[in-house]
Amino acid sequence: MSAQGAAHADDAHAHHGPTGWQRWAYSTNHKDIGTMYLIFATVFGIVGGLISVLIRMELQDPGMQVLAEGDYQQFNVFTTAHGLIMVFFLIMPALIGGFGNWMIPLMIGAPDMAFPRLNNMSFWFMIPSAMLLVGSALVGDGAGTGWTVYAPLSTVGQPGPSVDMAILALHLAGASSILSSINFITTIFNMRAPGMTLHRMPLFVWSQLVTTFLLLLSLPVLAGAITMLLTDRNFGTAFYDASRGGDVLLYQHLFWFFGHPEVYVLVLPAFGIISHVVSTFSKKPIFGYLGMAYAMVAIGAVGFIVWAHHMYTAGMSVDTEAYFLAATLVIAVPTGVKIFSWLATMWGGSIEFKTPMLWAVGMIFMFTVGGVTGVVLANSPITTAFHDTYYVVGHFHYVMAMGALFGIFAGWYYWIGKMSGRQYNETLGKWHFWLTMVGVNLTFFPMHFSGLAGMPRRIPDYPDAFSGWNYVSSIGSYIGFAAALLFVYIAIKTITSGQRVGANYWGEGATTLEWTVDSPAPHHTHETMPQIH
Amino acid sequence: MSQAGNHPYHLSDPSPLPILGSIAAGLTAFGLIFFMHDGTPWLLPLGLLVVLYTMYLWWKTVVNEATFQNAHTAVVQIGLRYGMVLFIASEVMFFFAWFWAFFNASLYPTVEMGGVWPPKGTEVFSPWSIPLVNTIILLSSGVTVTWAHHGLRAGDKQTLIRGLWLTVLLGAVFTMLQAYEYLHAPFNFTGGIYGTTFFMATGFHGAHVIIGTIFLAVCLVRAYKDHFKPDHHFGFEAAAWYWHFVDVVWLFLFTFVYWWASVGATIHGE
Repeated sequence: MSAQGAAHADDAHAHHGPTGWQRWAYSTNHKDIGTMYLIFATVFGIVGGLISVLIRMELQDPGMQVLAEGDYQQFNVFTTAHGLIMVFFLIMPALIGGFGNWMIPLMIGAPDMAFPRLNNMSFWFMIPSAMLLVGSALVGDGAGTGWTVYAPLSTVGQPGPSVDMAILALHLAGASSILSSINFITTIFNMRAPGMTLHRMPLFVWSQLVTTFLLLLSLPVLAGAITMLLTDRNFGTAFYDASRGGDVLLYQHLFWFFGHPEVYVLVLPAFGIISHVVSTFSKKPIFGYLGMAYAMVAIGAVGFIVWAHHMYTAGMSVDTEAYFLAATLVIAVPTGVKIFSWLATMWGGSIEFKTPMLWAVGMIFMFTVGGVTGVVLANSPITTAFHDTYYVVGHFHYVMAMGALFGIFAGWYYWIGKMSGRQYNETLGKWHFWLTMVGVNLTFFPMHFSGLAGMPRRIPDYPDAFSGWNYVSSIGSYIGFAAALLFVYIAIKTITSGQRVGANYWGEGATTLEWTVDSPAPHHTHETMPQIH
Repeated sequence: MSQAGNHPYHLSDPSPLPILGSIAAGLTAFGLIFFMHDGTPWLLPLGLLVVLYTMYLWWKTVVNEATFQNAHTAVVQIGLRYGMVLFIASEVMFFFAWFWAFFNASLYPTVEMGGVWPPKGTEVFSPWSIPLVNTIILLSSGVTVTWAHHGLRAGDKQTLIRGLWLTVLLGAVFTMLQAYEYLHAPFNFTGGIYGTTFFMATGFHGAHVIIGTIFLAVCLVRAYKDHFKPDHHFGFEAAAWYWHFVDVVWLFLFTFVYWWASVGATIHGE
C-alpha cells in the first residue's frame, strides 16, 4: 500500500479557537480529542494495572494475604473492576478513541471527523461512565459480578446500588462507542481524499472500519441485555427470573452476542497498527494487502456467529455445541492469513528492530500463543474440563489483552513523534518492551499450568498444591507493573524533553499520508485535499 | 464557521454542547441510581431536563447551520445520510435484543409457564382489535409522510404541511390507542415473562413512536418557516426514515407479539 500525498500546503495558520481549558473541553478537533482519549486511557491503565497487582498479591501464596479473612466479595470487586476498566477504559479509549481519532483523518486525507461535536461528546461521556464504574467498586459492597455481569448473581445476588452503577457505566460507555462508531464509519466512507479508494486505504483505517461496525451492531444488544438486568433488579420484570418464566441463559446469550465481537473490537485495531509497523520496519509494502483487509472483514463477520463457545458448560445440545465448535475453528483461517502475511512481509525485508517493531513482533508472538490455546478451547469436550480455570485466564490475556496492549505500545512508539513532535528515547523504549515481555509472560504463561492442574478462576484462596505457579505469576505481574510505570516516565520525558523530529522520521518504509504532514501534526491538516496516485 | 481550506466538509467550531450533554447524561445516570435506591428523586428529572435542553440547543445549532449558513454542502448531506442510516442500524440491533428475549421465552416455554406460550392462565389481547387498527394507522402514516415528501420535492408547501399534519396526528392517535390498551391489559408488567416481554418490547416501540412524532412535528414547524427546499431537506428525510423504521418494528411486533403469540390463546373479553 503506498499512498503518496501530492505536495499540499498544510497552511499552519494560527489556531483561532478558544485557548486554555476551553480548547480541550469544547474541542471539535480530532487530534485534541484523540490526545484526551490517550491521557484518559493511560490514567485508567495504571488504575486497572494496580488492581491486577492487588489481585496477584492476594494470590501470591495460599491463604488470605491482602484481604481480610472472609472478605471474598472484595476479591470479586477487584476482578470485576480490573476487567471492566481494562476493556472499556484502557484498550478501547487508547486504540479507537486515541489512535483512531488521531490517525483516520490523517491517513485518508480528511481535515477532521465527519461529526466533530459528536466526537467530543463521545469522549466526555467517558467521564460520567468512569465515575459510575469507580463508584461501583467503592460504594456499598462493590460490584462483584465479574465483567460479564451474569444473572442471577447480578439480579438477586447483589441488590445494592453498586451493580446498578456498573450497569449504567456500561450504558454510557456503550453510547459513547456507538456515537464514535457512527462518526468513524461516516468519516471513512464519506471523507476519503480523491484517489483514496477503499482498496488503497491503509490497513489501520480498514481495521477501524471493521471495529466500528462490530461496535455499532453489537453494543445495542448489550444495552438491551443490561437494561433487562436493570429492570429485573429495580422494576420487577421477569427476564432472568426462572420462577416467573424467565431464563438466566438469555442473559448469557445476549451478553456474548455482544461479548464475542467485543474481543475482536479490542484486537482488530492492534492488527491495523501491527501491519503498518511491520511494513515500515521491514521497508516493504505489506504482504497480501487485500487479503489482510478482507481477513479482518471475515474475522468481524464470523465473530458474530460464534458467541456460544463461551457457554459450553451452561447447558446446550450436543449439535449446538458442534456448530459453535466448527464455527469457532473457522476463525483460525483469517487470523492465520494475518499472522502469515506479517511474517511474509518481514521475509526478505531490511528489518530494523526499533522499539515499535519490537512491540509488533512481540504482539505477533503473544497473539499466536493465545490463538493456539484458543484453538484448544474451541473444542467443547476439552472446555468442559478447562472452563473457569486459569487456562482460560491465560488464554484470553495472551490473545486479547496482550494482543491489544502490545498493539497500543507499538502504535504509541510509532506515532508519538508524529503526535508530539518529539521522539522517545530508544534505550528506554527497548527496556520498556523487554521488561513488559518478561513480566507478562512470567505472569500469564504459568496460568496454563495452574489451569491444567485445576485452579479455578475468581477465587482469592486456593489449595497449597497450586502455590508454585501462582507465586511465579505474581512476581511476573510486579515486573509488568514496574514496566507500566516506566512507560509513564518515558511518556512524560518524551513529551517534555524528547528530541524534535521531522515529518517522516522513519524514512522510506513509512508510506502512509500521516508522514506527509509536519511533526507534530499541525492543529489543522489536509485542509487542501491531497491527491492519491 | 471554520470553513477555511479547500474542501467541501463542515468543520464545526468549538462548542460547549458536547460537555453539557455529558453532564446531562451523568446527572441522569446518577439520578436514576438515587431514584432506584431511595435517595433523592429529583436528580433524575433534573438530569432529563438538561438532556432535553442540550438536545434543543444542539439541533437548533444544526438547523441554523443547515438552513442559514449553508454549511451543509452536497458532500456533508451524504455524510448526514450515512450517519442516520447507521444510527437506525444500531436501533434495529437494540430491538433485536427485545425480540430475542421474546422468542427465547415463546419458542421454548418452560415448565414454570405450563409448557405453553402464552403461559398457562394468561389472557391476551385480540390482535384484530386495537392492534389491527394501530397497524392500519401506522401504515397510513407511512403513506401520508410520503405524500408530504412528494409535495416538498414539487415545491408544494400546502401538500407538505397537510401531509405532515396528518402524519403527526396519526402518530398521536397511535400513542393514545396504545395508552388505552396498556390501561386495559389483562396481564401486567411484573406478573411474569409474558407481561415483561410484551410491555418492554411494545413500550420501547411506543417511546420510539413518540420520538418520531416529535421529530416530524419539528419538521412541520420548519415547513411553516420555509426551511426546506425541494433539493435540500435532509432533516425531513431523516424524520421520514426514522418513521419508516418505527413502522417496520411495529409490523414485527404485530405479527409475532400480538398475532402469532395469540393463536390458540385465551383472548381477553371473548
